[in-house]
Amino acid sequence: MKHKTFFWFVLPTSLAMILFIALPIVSVVMQSVYAPHEQVIVEVENCDIFGCKKSTMVDQDATRELREAEPLGRFVGTDIYTNRNHLATSEVGLAWQKSSSLRDFFSEIMNLPFYRALAFTLTFTFVVTPLVLILGFIIAVSVNSIPSILRGPTIFLSLLPMIITPLIGSLILFWMIDSRGIIGTLLQQLSGDPNLSMKASTPLTWVTLIFYGVWHAAPFAFVVYYAGLQSVPKDTLESAMIDGASRWQQVRYVILPHLVPLTTFIALMQLMDNFRVFEPIVGFNASAHAQSLSSFIYDDLGGETRLLSSAAATSVLTIVGISVLLAPVLVRTWREFGRTKK
Amino acid sequence: MKTLVKGTLLGAMMISGSSAVYAGCGIEEGRISIVGNEFPAIQTVAAAAVACAGDGVEATANLTADHQKINVAGMQGNPAEYTSAIIANSSIVALMNEDVIRPLDDLIAEHGQDIPKNQLITINGKVMAVAFMANAQHLAYRKDVLADLGIEPPTSYEEMLAAAEKVRAAGASEYPLGGAYKAGWNLAQEFVNMYIGHGGEFYQPGSAVPAINNEQGVAALEMMKSLSAYMNPDYLTHDSNGTGAEMEAGNVIMMNMWGSRIGKLQDDEGAPPEIASNIEVGGPLMVGDSGTPATTLWWDGWTVAKNISDADAVATFLAMKNGISPSILNEETMGQAVWMIDGYEPAPVNQGVFASIAAGSTAYPMLPYHGLMHTALGNEIADFLTGKEDAATTLADIEAAYTTAATEKGFL
Amino acid sequence: MSSSVAERRSPLLKFFAWSFLISWLVLAAFPFFWTFWGSFKVEGDFFSKADWTWAIFGHLTQAETGGAFTGDGYHGAWIQEEFWRAALNTLIVVVCVVGISLTIGTLGGYALSRSSYNYAFWLLIIALMFRALPQITLVSGYLLPFYEWNLWGKLPTAIIVLVAINQPFTLWMLTSFFKNIPKDLDESAMVDGCTHFQAFRHVIIPVMWPGVITTGLFSLLLAYNDFAVTAMILSKENQTMVPKIASFLGTTQTKGNVMFAVASVVSVTAPLFVLVMFFQRQIVSGLTAGAVKG
Repeated sequence: MKHKTFFWFVLPTSLAMILFIALPIVSVVMQSVYAPHEQVIVEVENCDIFGCKKSTMVDQDATRELREAEPLGRFVGTDIYTNRNHLATSEVGLAWQKSSSLRDFFSEIMNLPFYRALAFTLTFTFVVTPLVLILGFIIAVSVNSIPSILRGPTIFLSLLPMIITPLIGSLILFWMIDSRGIIGTLLQQLSGDPNLSMKASTPLTWVTLIFYGVWHAAPFAFVVYYAGLQSVPKDTLESAMIDGASRWQQVRYVILPHLVPLTTFIALMQLMDNFRVFEPIVGFNASAHAQSLSSFIYDDLGGETRLLSSAAATSVLTIVGISVLLAPVLVRTWREFGRTKK
Repeated sequence: MKTLVKGTLLGAMMISGSSAVYAGCGIEEGRISIVGNEFPAIQTVAAAAVACAGDGVEATANLTADHQKINVAGMQGNPAEYTSAIIANSSIVALMNEDVIRPLDDLIAEHGQDIPKNQLITINGKVMAVAFMANAQHLAYRKDVLADLGIEPPTSYEEMLAAAEKVRAAGASEYPLGGAYKAGWNLAQEFVNMYIGHGGEFYQPGSAVPAINNEQGVAALEMMKSLSAYMNPDYLTHDSNGTGAEMEAGNVIMMNMWGSRIGKLQDDEGAPPEIASNIEVGGPLMVGDSGTPATTLWWDGWTVAKNISDADAVATFLAMKNGISPSILNEETMGQAVWMIDGYEPAPVNQGVFASIAAGSTAYPMLPYHGLMHTALGNEIADFLTGKEDAATTLADIEAAYTTAATEKGFL
Repeated sequence: MSSSVAERRSPLLKFFAWSFLISWLVLAAFPFFWTFWGSFKVEGDFFSKADWTWAIFGHLTQAETGGAFTGDGYHGAWIQEEFWRAALNTLIVVVCVVGISLTIGTLGGYALSRSSYNYAFWLLIIALMFRALPQITLVSGYLLPFYEWNLWGKLPTAIIVLVAINQPFTLWMLTSFFKNIPKDLDESAMVDGCTHFQAFRHVIIPVMWPGVITTGLFSLLLAYNDFAVTAMILSKENQTMVPKIASFLGTTQTKGNVMFAVASVVSVTAPLFVLVMFFQRQIVSGLTAGAVKG
């Protein structure tokens, strides 16, 4: 396609993305290197309906000039990135020198808020993504093997977890797994522990969140794989059968290779979505036990005093994190692209 | 619940249709645009303010639970989108910090002489807001269960612990205590209560330097941990909705609860009548020997934006004044809040809030940087309660997280 | 796959496949039926902190309303709280987002699939990277300019933002779909004297529907279920359904009408049920036709 034609074709979509995604990213990056000006604090007396008391406030007149001189704020470079609430470089360095064993070191690191959030985010991503792929594949194969009259209803029911709003889906499950809810009671019976609570301990909360993540995303993997199974080249399969290939060999040498590109696609989307995990943590009230990078950003933006620079720095780190995760997949896509060009 | 819903609906209808019948309030021209939370009392105030719309006077209200995320952005422009924000003593700070609200002294001198002086919120000698309702956390308990076991309603957390032990020993409830201990804002709020109750100061005098890593801080955390031993194991996920439901189900016997929530606990929905009719309110709980109750007082009030024309400011002031005039009180709205308005008649359900005020409780700190402290508390305390670290480490972590945030914001 | 393969399976394998499938279906569908059933109860029963069987038999519902089922939640949400307004807003948002998304997405996707220059690849990759930014950051960045330019709170603003956020996924799906439409089709049309756009209009559009419908369903899901964007940039009167449900849940100092929320959750999910029921075949055939070939 000619450059000019290409330009006109992609103009509307690029414009939308530049205006509403690229520009905000630029401003996020700016925000992460500029912090608010130093605030002059003065002691004052405040009176409300309950009486008067000594307090402090920001002296606006004193800070106004500074603000007007440098409307972007004060340039802090990478300070926000390296401070204790983010990469905590000096704390990590100190912990490294101080701790006698690797174990010590890790427990020190896990006490830092950013690394705590990162640890959960990575665990979630790397447990949920493969489980979604596997579960989705097994469901697809099973659905594919049942009589076609039953397939319609089965596909319909299987797709349900995907269509529900994440916030609401997790809220419903949160209600159900309460130790006195139906699933909670069932689990207590199964485990024989009448005091079992899925919400009380960190490991069980993680299990719940991961379970929810798989439950919610498996239908996506399923439907993609199922569609892939419909387009398995029939003649190859038949000739394999004629050659006496066992069922396992058929799966191994014909079906799986056919599904590899689909796996790339699902993995790509899943890695991204799971790395940004947020709604389940809110829905399951799980913040005591699990924090993700997105919920970390949400805390900065949702408090009484908003930390814009901190949220911006975490966002940039999230993008960097996702780029690293996706690098292998992208390299693969690049090679394929090179192949199609020829 | 029904009447309340109708009230909300009425409010919503009045907001959506700017009816000429109500026009007036002495406003000639201008624009009124209100942003605030969406609970019924605020719906009532906003509806009465918006009713001032008429010839040349445009009035709208945007009431949403997310108001704190949008009000600063909505008032920073020039002219500001919102001419008035309804806020509480914790959230006025964000507006003060960004310098988006104006002093009201001149408007009061000219148009507001009839607003009772005790409703005016003064910061550094300037009136910045007008309060119209109050709230506080205090004891709520099951009078039947305590009476059966011969336990006096507790007045302090120490007594509460002893009472909880008796209730558990008697087999009346496995987890007799409740509280809004959900990690995050709620949990931090409980610590603020407990720390103030122990007589602690959050900062070094006159500065933003944190000072919570001390005896009182440790005592506050230890008390919270002792209490949590008598709470449902899921207590870190229970906000006031969650713990209220536990009380309605008959599991929780005593808890520290928001005054504004008691009405819903006592009504005939959500709980069998034998439980609902036995839920009773007490005063604020004491802790240690500081003499200050372990609770904070809250007010809700309205402000006027800075970046708007004088005409809009006058219109907004008059409309909001109308919104909190004694005429808004009727049978239906009377029970929506502890109003700070002339003509309000307290119901028995509000005694807890009044007892808290009478006991000399302190107001929630109105400091420019306290929001950062609250966030840091909410994120770190769970680590102590779940046993991952000791009190001193947790307090040091809180101070470190707060210091980093306050440095970024330019307070340190 | 042919049925001969299925026939050759051992009974044991069959048994496992069936029991696996049945447990998955229970797992997938049970929460929905539970919520549907519970939406006709009162709050004390739905949450059943006292005894979980109350949720099934409606102990408190009986006590409070006189029957084992009550429509109070639906009545409260739809009539008292005017949930229909939110439903209407959602309808407008969804129709516009899907329409615009697909229009500009097909144009872009087609061009990306037909260009052999490196920049096409990089455009696709950058679009993908755009998808990585947490939505909450994006939205908080929008607030100030939107208020400044008086765009905040309006439906068109939310629509455009959702379209933009949705573009990376749409482009990615459609590009791979178009790659599977043979190049010869439009190239021969161009040999016959068509411009590229005419070739697209007359040759590609007639054959692209399976992929477009599937992509459209995914955009629809995104727009329909969005919370982060709509909650923050729509004013109260323009609110869509999901933020409206969240507003039923109450805040720290006030209790919400949770049963209104439950009833609305069921109401919100119902249209999706119907949609998936009618379009599941299209989803599968669209994906089969190549939208997912990597």
